[in-house]
Amino acid sequence: MDWGAIIENTTRGLIGEQFIYFGLAALGLNIHFGYTGLLNLGQAVFMAAGAYGLSMSVVTLGLNFWWGLLLGVIVFPLILAAIMGVPTLRLRADYLAIVTIAASEMFRIVARSPSLDRWTGSSDGLTGFATTFYDLSPYDKQERYFFDLFIGNQMWVVTVGWIALVIVILISLLLMKSPWGRVLKAIREDEDAARSLGKNAYWYKMQALMIGGVFGAMGGMLRAIGTQSAQPQNFITDVTFFAWVALILGGAAKVLGPIAGAAVLYAILSFTDVALRQGVDNGHIPEWLMTGTQVGQVRFMLIGLGLILLAAFRPQGIFGNKEEMALDDR
Amino acid sequence: MGERVVSGVSRRARSGAVGALVAAAAAAVISLLAISSPAAAQDDNGEIKGSLSAKDAEGTKFPVPDVVFIISDESGNEVATGSTNEEGDWSVSVPVGTYSVLLDVSTLPAGVDLRNPDKNPAQVVIDTPGKSKGALFPLGEAAVSEVTAIEWVQLLVDGLKLGLLLAMCSIGLSLIYGTTGLTNFAHGEMVTFGAMMAFLFHVTGVFGWQSSLIVAALFVIVITGLAGGLFNQFVWRPLRRRGVSLIAALVVSIGFSIFLRYVMLYRFGGRAGFYRDYRIQEKWDFVWFTIAPKDIVIMVLSVLILLGVGSALQFTRIGKAMRAVSDNRDLAESSGIDVERVIRWVWVSGSALAGLGGVMFGVTESIGWEMGFRTLLLMFAGVTLGGLGTAYGALFGSIIVGLFIQMSTLVIPTDMKNVGALVMLVVILLVRPQGLLGRKDRIG
Repeated sequence: MDWGAIIENTTRGLIGEQFIYFGLAALGLNIHFGYTGLLNLGQAVFMAAGAYGLSMSVVTLGLNFWWGLLLGVIVFPLILAAIMGVPTLRLRADYLAIVTIAASEMFRIVARSPSLDRWTGSSDGLTGFATTFYDLSPYDKQERYFFDLFIGNQMWVVTVGWIALVIVILISLLLMKSPWGRVLKAIREDEDAARSLGKNAYWYKMQALMIGGVFGAMGGMLRAIGTQSAQPQNFITDVTFFAWVALILGGAAKVLGPIAGAAVLYAILSFTDVALRQGVDNGHIPEWLMTGTQVGQVRFMLIGLGLILLAAFRPQGIFGNKEEMALDDR
Repeated sequence: MGERVVSGVSRRARSGAVGALVAAAAAAVISLLAISSPAAAQDDNGEIKGSLSAKDAEGTKFPVPDVVFIISDESGNEVATGSTNEEGDWSVSVPVGTYSVLLDVSTLPAGVDLRNPDKNPAQVVIDTPGKSKGALFPLGEAAVSEVTAIEWVQLLVDGLKLGLLLAMCSIGLSLIYGTTGLTNFAHGEMVTFGAMMAFLFHVTGVFGWQSSLIVAALFVIVITGLAGGLFNQFVWRPLRRRGVSLIAALVVSIGFSIFLRYVMLYRFGGRAGFYRDYRIQEKWDFVWFTIAPKDIVIMVLSVLILLGVGSALQFTRIGKAMRAVSDNRDLAESSGIDVERVIRWVWVSGSALAGLGGVMFGVTESIGWEMGFRTLLLMFAGVTLGGLGTAYGALFGSIIVGLFIQMSTLVIPTDMKNVGALVMLVVILLVRPQGLLGRKDRIG
């Protein structure tokens, strides 16, 4: 066992790119679910809106990077939130769940369809939209930074990602301290009571869906920039649940909960991934039990198990507060 | 939103529930491990691959998905099968050797034919490991004039078939929701599980014995029914007794959906599988439409089963009790119905129907690890259209959704046909959220 590589990968999981992408998505889910009680199972589509908003603007429409940024982070997610929210936000919570998961499937079908290849690049996706971003990098491409964990371009993505995380955390803190945030919590606890006090619950829920969607789009856009490609495979339905596990693990309805959850989750996933891969390569794990391609499937099983065990036995997560918990006692 | 699955919280049940959940997960893994995985790609294998595309009336190229290839070795034994994906590409991994590659003509869409039918099967020689060889099958529109099928009639028949299968799978989904309030996202995995269990008995073989598909299907009914009953007994019942909220239960079901799906991928692999029996059949020509005999049998069978389910719900004691509990749980309980017993039967029968539906999907299409999840979203569309929580609603809604999906290919590209059903789901929620047969007080 190469413990050096295991520790390095685990640390990268704890603070690196994956943690940033899903930390942002989980912060968005926290606005949706933690504070407002909206069961959004389509956060992957909001992430895709960020990724494709940028890449389609630049590659397909030929706009410059900054217009792409604006379209991907603000315009696309807002339109998406309106489309998913209008039919469902007046109904019971599980209808939003069904429609958002259906939206993920629609995205997959449409983005992979060869008949739209001209616009979306179908299953190969789009590339070559991030040059402006990397041109701005102050880091040397060849150098390694931060205890040799990240090479130049990676370090630039991580730096911008951390800045984005801090901004989003500050926005969340301010929003949740404001009267607006208190109305959201009131809606989560008792929508009828909030309505009887004259609050337009439907419109508040829509705003929450939009803001959380914007956070998710930021995560997705960074993911597209970090991998330098927008591919449907990176935004499939199951991606949403990585953010969900991060949220519940850390504790919903705490501003820093999802961040802590994402860090812990990606540390665990990176650790098991490297450990299993080494076990397979060194022959510690026999081939009939696991092959190289099967290692990648284990992380999805862990996500599934994580959801089951957390939701059933510790819905408040590590840091959450049982009294203020959307998953239970409602 | 103060509802609970069942009132009455018991702390004692907690440790029991932990054990039961772990045991249930372990049991699921063990039973799935029994499914043989296909020969994993070995390093001394080569690859046979190809790409299928045809031209439409305007001369634009389009890929042809879901076409099946059968690869046999020199002695005529079948060694592998492949099918084209949404981009028209296919590939299979085989050891070094000489193979004949047969394109299953019955899987070509109507109006598309081989340009050189005499070059099917094609010979392919893989001489060095790690090499890939192409098997080319040019498609032409040579036989367009011979096709007498009227497109919309053909689609109507195909849609009816899809709708009937969806209806069979979704009755359980709707009744589970009706009786327990749970939106069970893991229901699709029961469909996949059924299809894979039949694969185990029929293709892989158990202790060297391969049953016929019909016998395998009978096994599947028993196994999936039992699995549904155990799932309820060891997972959902303890959770209900602990008073876990509906939202938490929904998240647990999503967890099971992901977990089981990837366990099945782990064992079965990512490729498509096919049953041995009834695979290649000459389609019967009914002038206005063509249909394979197996599809006729499946349609007749599913109509009979659905009629059986309908009359069981209408006339038997347990069926009436199911509808009563779905309709108003508290009233049913206070009038002396054993609600837990009804819920148990809903799980058993709903799961058995879903498993059988999975086998039928496997016969008409193919078996794959994601088949159930894809179907689940169409089931949701059907059940929402019919009215979540109603048995007959699920039936009618699913048939309409099946018809709609196939008919929509008249206007939208075939590879995007499922989008139509999902758009319909959104429109239903806008216009009539309670569905055709649902009640308004459930949705708010």
